[in-house]
Amino acid sequence: MPVLTIVYACLFYAAAAVLVAGFAWKVAEYWRAPAPLKIPTTPAPATPAGAAVRVAREVVLFESLFRANKWIWLFGWLFHVALALVLLRHLRYFQDPVWGVVALAQPFGIYAGFAMLAGLAGLWARRFLVERIRYISTASDHLMLALLVAIAASGLAMKYVAHTDVVAVKAFMLGLLVFDWQPLPADPVLLVHLALVALLMAVFPASKLLHAPGVFFSPTRNQADDSRERRHVAA
Amino acid sequence: MATAAVQAPPLREYPVIPILARDAMAGSRPYPASEKMNEALGFPGKLVDGWREKAVLKIGELVAKNRGLRVFLDACVHCGACTDKCHYFLGTGDPKNMPVARQDLFRKVYRRYFTLGGKLFPKLVGAEDLTESVLEDWYRYFNQCSECRRCSVYCPYGIDTAEITMAAKEVMDSIGVGQKYTNEIIGKVHKIGNNLGLPGPALKNTLETLEEEVKEETGQDVRFPLDEKGAEVLVVTPSADFFAEPHVYSLVGYAKVFHAAGIRWTLSSHASEAANFGVFIGSQAQMKAIAGRVREAALELGVRRLVVGECGHAWRVAYSFWNTLIGPFDFLDSRYPVPQHICELTYDLIERGAITFDREKNDAHVVTFHDSCNVARASGMGGLPRGQFIIPRAVIRAAANHFHDMAPETIHEHTFCCGGGGGLLTDELLELRVKGALPRMEALQKVVDEHGVNFMATICAICKAQFAKVLPYYKFDMGMIGGVHQLVSNAIRLGRND
Ligand code: SF4
Ligand code: SF4
Ligand code: SF4
Repeated sequence: MPVLTIVYACLFYAAAAVLVAGFAWKVAEYWRAPAPLKIPTTPAPATPAGAAVRVAREVVLFESLFRANKWIWLFGWLFHVALALVLLRHLRYFQDPVWGVVALAQPFGIYAGFAMLAGLAGLWARRFLVERIRYISTASDHLMLALLVAIAASGLAMKYVAHTDVVAVKAFMLGLLVFDWQPLPADPVLLVHLALVALLMAVFPASKLLHAPGVFFSPTRNQADDSRERRHVAA
Repeated sequence: MATAAVQAPPLREYPVIPILARDAMAGSRPYPASEKMNEALGFPGKLVDGWREKAVLKIGELVAKNRGLRVFLDACVHCGACTDKCHYFLGTGDPKNMPVARQDLFRKVYRRYFTLGGKLFPKLVGAEDLTESVLEDWYRYFNQCSECRRCSVYCPYGIDTAEITMAAKEVMDSIGVGQKYTNEIIGKVHKIGNNLGLPGPALKNTLETLEEEVKEETGQDVRFPLDEKGAEVLVVTPSADFFAEPHVYSLVGYAKVFHAAGIRWTLSSHASEAANFGVFIGSQAQMKAIAGRVREAALELGVRRLVVGECGHAWRVAYSFWNTLIGPFDFLDSRYPVPQHICELTYDLIERGAITFDREKNDAHVVTFHDSCNVARASGMGGLPRGQFIIPRAVIRAAANHFHDMAPETIHEHTFCCGGGGGLLTDELLELRVKGALPRMEALQKVVDEHGVNFMATICAICKAQFAKVLPYYKFDMGMIGGVHQLVSNAIRLGRND
């Protein structure tokens, strides 16, 4: 077993463990903390089911952001939808046989890679060009964008510049899932790509990526406007 | 410090987002509360020894007991969507008045003491120790937020800066850094029963005088009952309604509505205040104690219904929080919403034909409506979607012939705060209040130019007081501001029930 394979296998187990444990920890924190008062923001639906639909619209369409700022919405939405497609496309590395939707997503996944980069570029440009956003940007905001750009760029590079043995990569990934390690090709671009992904997974629970679980727990969005009808008691 | 006269910024036809004017409002800070004022509320009198540790502990306590706060602190991605949504930023250009920058004053401290990234790499993630200068920034800039929640409407995660401002004020109060205006007033409510410190006998006198004046003006025996047991409705209204202008005209309006509809109502000397400044300082304990008087009064007087007068944050507290804080209301008539807004009550009576109007009596008024942010973004009315926008406008239209809304991006849930809410309605913050009113003034100027609007109705005591003060700075007549029930009062037909 090459050392490289062992290192990367361990890296991914570690990253996955941090991601899952950290994520679960944060979600548990959100779950456990009570919501002392009803604070939905208008337009708040009158029922819990309506509020769930509202949250879904936020997650899928970025509704509030759309009302706030069309540019941020455009770049942000583009990035996230593209990311979803790219992730869907990558599922094929973890499945055998591959699901129908995943097979279907393959060609779109490629374009999505470019769309992702375009979205990221737009968001990053705003951090430099718009004075207000420059003011609020921290080093970690820039680094997070750099990390995502590097992941997307290295991924695209494997498709268009330095091909990698995807069959072997798939065998490696499937192997990881069942603890039956298979050798990982030693392509530098691949190694960079995977290392960065592992890094992203590891920082997830300690970074602003917590907006992903956060949006589901945001009381201004997930509470129903029924305070007079139903007595809210902090749980 | 030189006390130059406050200058209003010029009104522009096409408002643009200001370029950043760093520290433009760094000199704006409210008077601190005296030791006595703080202690009356159970807070330490002055800055405590070991304040930093105590403040950090308090932050930990708050995030553990408030899911929203915790999520809001973690979830912000610095997207910038909220940066141009705050009227105080639009009016002053001070970057720390951008909602996200205001939150970051708190967030950087939270990060430093409660997150891995902030403990290990503070510079990288924008984390900072709670130093004296950070505390000073807190005191300045969390007292430049009216908790109007406009930013929350636009944030992709619904991050509500008001919640963070409230938390910051709670932390500051807990280490002895209280703000005079709010803390002094809360003390008065506990001691005397209302914000203005108006004792029961004085209230009785005021109401009797009102009865006489209305009798003289209309020839009708419109009553202003106080502490009348067995009345059907208890009205709780901001104490400004008892003698400030233009507030009192709305109180006359409520009385005429009850008179015309033949409903027995009463005010209470024990609960002679709807305002609840507990919300401004983020203290649920204070909110509950203040609201508790309402429950006690309702039980004591044996009323069947609870109605709240024209007051923005009071309506938020009543609509959204009362049920949690002082409910359940199983001793009241379940056929009516508890609590009910005076506009809901009047609207209902209009719909049922129980009250009618001579609308032309308001023909001198070309009316527009300022949605008070607490009503618009933090409450509802009538149990119908967007009822809090529909119902007050329907009442105005029933009472007046000429009505024009301001631009759509400045009303409803997009409404701009008057600039005086959240416990900032105090003279030493006048510059902030004048500048914060800019977006509303610009929208008003448009309807003045286009439709000749000369009356801005609203349903909030703070809005009324704030506008009465700042309108002249923008060359408007201060008499332009008034209540919805002021218009009702002008035009309602009284004769029928006598
Ligand atoms: S809109 Fe929300 S997420 Fe974006 S910067 Fe403002 S508070 Fe943060
Ligand atoms: S709550 Fe209102 S005043 Fe406070 S930051 Fe948001 S927009 Fe500004
Ligand atoms: S005073 Fe009126 S507009 Fe201003 S914060 Fe309160 S409700 Fe909003």
